Amino acid sequence: MENHGTIIKVSGPLVVAKGMDGARMYEVVRVSEKKLIGEIIGIDGDKASIQVYEETAGIGPGEPVFPTGETMTVELGPGLLQSIYDGIQRPLPLLQEKAGEYITRGLDVPGLDREKKWDFQAKKASGDKVVGGDVLGVVQETSLIEHRVMCPPAISGTVKEIKSGSHNIEEIVAVIEDADGKEHKISMLQKWPIRNPRPVKTKTVPYRPLVSGTRILDTLFPLAKGGAGCIPGPFGAGKTVTQQTLAKYCDAEIIVYIGCGERGNEMTDVLMEFPELEDPNTGEKLMKRTVMVANTSNMPVAAREASIYTGVTIAEYFRDMGYSVALMADSTSRWAEALREMSGRLEEMPGEEGYPAYLGSRTAQFYERSGIVKCLGNEDREGSLTLIGAVSPPGGDLSEPVTQNTLRVTKVFWGLDAKLAYRRHFPAINWLSSYSLYQDNVKDYWDKEISPEFAKIRTQAMGLLQEEAKLEEIVRLVGMDALSPKERLILETAKSLREDFLFQNAFDEMDAYTPLKKQYWMLKSIMNVYNHSQKIVEQEDFNFDDLLNLPVMDRITKCKAIEADKEDEYKKLWEDTEREILGLQK
Amino acid sequence: MQKEYKTIKSISGPLVMIEGVEGIKFEELVDVTTASGEVRQGKVLEAREGMAVVQMFESTQGVGAAGSKARFLGKSLELGVSKDMLGRIFDGRGRPIDGGAEIIPEKKLDIAGNPLNPNARDYPNAFYQTGISTIDCMNTLVRGQKLPIFSGAGLPHARLAAQIARQAKVIKVDDEGNIQKSDGEDENFAVVFAAMGVTFEEAEYFTNEFKKTGAIERSVLFINTADDPVVERIATPRMALTAAEYLAFEKGMQVLVILTDLTNYCEALREVSAARKEVPGRRGYPGYLYTDLATLYERAGRVKGKEGSITQIPILTMPEDDITHPIPDLTGYITEGQIVLARDLHSQGIYPNINVLPSLSRLKDKGIGPGKTREDHSGVMNQLFAAYARGKEVRELAVILGEAALSDADLSFLKFANEFENKYVRQDESEDRDIIKSLTMGWELLKLLPENELKRVKPEHIAKYMNK
Repeated sequence: MENHGTIIKVSGPLVVAKGMDGARMYEVVRVSEKKLIGEIIGIDGDKASIQVYEETAGIGPGEPVFPTGETMTVELGPGLLQSIYDGIQRPLPLLQEKAGEYITRGLDVPGLDREKKWDFQAKKASGDKVVGGDVLGVVQETSLIEHRVMCPPAISGTVKEIKSGSHNIEEIVAVIEDADGKEHKISMLQKWPIRNPRPVKTKTVPYRPLVSGTRILDTLFPLAKGGAGCIPGPFGAGKTVTQQTLAKYCDAEIIVYIGCGERGNEMTDVLMEFPELEDPNTGEKLMKRTVMVANTSNMPVAAREASIYTGVTIAEYFRDMGYSVALMADSTSRWAEALREMSGRLEEMPGEEGYPAYLGSRTAQFYERSGIVKCLGNEDREGSLTLIGAVSPPGGDLSEPVTQNTLRVTKVFWGLDAKLAYRRHFPAINWLSSYSLYQDNVKDYWDKEISPEFAKIRTQAMGLLQEEAKLEEIVRLVGMDALSPKERLILETAKSLREDFLFQNAFDEMDAYTPLKKQYWMLKSIMNVYNHSQKIVEQEDFNFDDLLNLPVMDRITKCKAIEADKEDEYKKLWEDTEREILGLQK
Repeated sequence: MQKEYKTIKSISGPLVMIEGVEGIKFEELVDVTTASGEVRQGKVLEAREGMAVVQMFESTQGVGAAGSKARFLGKSLELGVSKDMLGRIFDGRGRPIDGGAEIIPEKKLDIAGNPLNPNARDYPNAFYQTGISTIDCMNTLVRGQKLPIFSGAGLPHARLAAQIARQAKVIKVDDEGNIQKSDGEDENFAVVFAAMGVTFEEAEYFTNEFKKTGAIERSVLFINTADDPVVERIATPRMALTAAEYLAFEKGMQVLVILTDLTNYCEALREVSAARKEVPGRRGYPGYLYTDLATLYERAGRVKGKEGSITQIPILTMPEDDITHPIPDLTGYITEGQIVLARDLHSQGIYPNINVLPSLSRLKDKGIGPGKTREDHSGVMNQLFAAYARGKEVRELAVILGEAALSDADLSFLKFANEFENKYVRQDESEDRDIIKSLTMGWELLKLLPENELKRVKPEHIAKYMNK
């Protein structure tokens, strides 16, 4: 390469080079003869600030910097699923093959396998008119997922040639002639810059719930497909377990899991466990619908910053095929810290707690890439991308900038609580501080698919839990005896809600996943007791133990053991509840 | 031929600015010779065109802008490693200080190390017996884990760490409940110990402890005491971990790394950061504290297809026993759990004063159960946790209401909590309790409780282990 710049400063992951005329923001460069991958994040005259995705020890002023003319892109095409990437889409197994167990520098490996042949089946024929987003053909990528090869967003015209059959991803499978008579050769491999959201036709308001099988999430604080949620919590409260449970059981068709600056051993657990696990919705191996991005805390900090974008771009690509995609990022605080570190080295004016002033806008840009959309193309596909970000606030203090900026743009807040974790109540999501703004969005779906009553008893249950918190304070001050029978009933019902409904064991095979219908049945079983006994407990000389000792109470406690397909048993339970409670009528 | 520069421009704390330099590299080592001929070492912290910011490992006292010379060595800080390092004591920069001969290195390794590919890691799942009930039974350590001790000023974390180093071994329990030691465990086991900014007495305590028990034969010690250069502290743990990686992944040894005291390490980072006038994060610590700590802690683990392992026990003292302070907080986000020491247990004279309730081992479930320890382990652990938590609640209640107001069940939990602290937590410094003994003692304690309160243990286990 003739044309290159020269390094004038190296400070950790930041390199400044001069002689970089013609450099563009976010252009990828190769630093020094070792060809380290970097990205331009600032330009001042002919000087460019470069964040380097690899360790910079041993690099010094005077060494060359080679521009590539490209921005940071990901490779999109068949072969993404079941892959495990680092933050800049290098497959970890390939890195291991090339360099051994440690990740060394200057490794250049493609994101997708160039050799592998895929069976491409054309869906269009010569002469067909296509626009960007139209499905040209499909490839059965895994037994679960059909990979739809789409016409790139910027291209439209007439199909001149299209070839079904076995191809690798670089071979031309279609030729499209646009209105100006220019021919575009299309292969299955397409590239997209990671910092640009992929275009869609229209975005709509989310209306369907993302069902995760975790009762407190689905019933009390539902997240909609295409929505954005966050899970803040101190260490040890179960952020990662919650994220992993979502990745395992949620009913999205594609999962993108980003381990962003987290523990190596934990990532290994995910990498070893996922290929073994089965999806409760399809019975297939979970890995077949999963893409993983793993950039552990000791891997280069700049790549950690990029990992979020790499993940979300891959997720958008599957969304554009018309799939429902869920992306989990664990943890966005580490991403923000990477921003802070780069900002500090750029000597920018710091905002709160040393974070750059643009933390808020970057966070918002990321979460805005979620949504339920009409995809490009004539086919009117609907795809959705749900984003769920874990946040690790220092000391569990939610007033810190990353949490606050995240809360402004996400509509679901699942607040993890160290006190609950300490009492071994899992999932340790605080039902008083958490919220979801999607309740109204999913209500129609609930009414139609589950029961019109579901939303009502959910609101009632929430009310009781709030009431409980107030009453508990009174009890602490003056004792249980000061309560009226009605208040006592509220306490007992709330206790039952907490212990029999909200408590859920993620490691128990049966308990880990509860279908939405069953959640409704369970909730109704508990709330029935409350609703039927309101009048009963107000009778004079009513002995509360009579109610608690009813045979049916024990059955309600154990109702989670009734299998999800046995509606009759729940109906019977409800009948018995009503009969036994009314039997206490004097 | 390396050039010598006499162009030192300014000196501020541990930082030296050198002008007019050419061809320097980031992280490169620098020898600075003072006017009196003394040689001090530092490394390049920032390389600019014609200028280098050098962070000295040693004091800058006596270094002057005039008369001092700087020489760039063209390599980064390395450690010469060899199996002969076992049994030796080094200073914070890897130079022998035990009066013995220099090590003839088998190879030289860059102390910064490279990140382990997550795909190459093997999951830690072998039970590591420390002989301490509250760890083995309740917060189980597994091989390849990083489990810090969160201590406070004046608490006996040094004694606890020394005891773990002395007693730690890998065992398996067979179906009959007999303990099987793994073959060749002894010669394959090594301790790498790094002291950062500890007092002379504490360093002496560890060296003597290792010498007394003969453990020194299988140990490598790196000592940076409180009066050693502050910046050297930043290199010390990396020296230790480089040695550990060599022993574990090239020589197939099971290495236990003890790092003490991480608080001093972080203070050193803060000092350098402040001298560079960086934008501070929380409490004046640099914004990259998390990343920096991760590059230490993440060097624990196992590698697929390799025999050896690195288990880390970093020790840190929480300023004012505050667990939300940035150092324990960020540590907790990286490590796989924590062992928390309690001041009240210590003042009651209970050793080891482990507060089991906030302590946690995230990997415990992978290291216990049939084939590893015993089938009832998980149940006993959960039951002890739950019972002790309730016992402590009852104790608080008793303070307000008086013991007379307690129900019989509550009284039994109160008794349990007291006995638990006095018999189960308390243990002599030389007492090496095996896991079977820990479990048996756990069952003994559970006998104090009404049997219908034992909801976390399986009834068949109660029949088999408690009532036998």
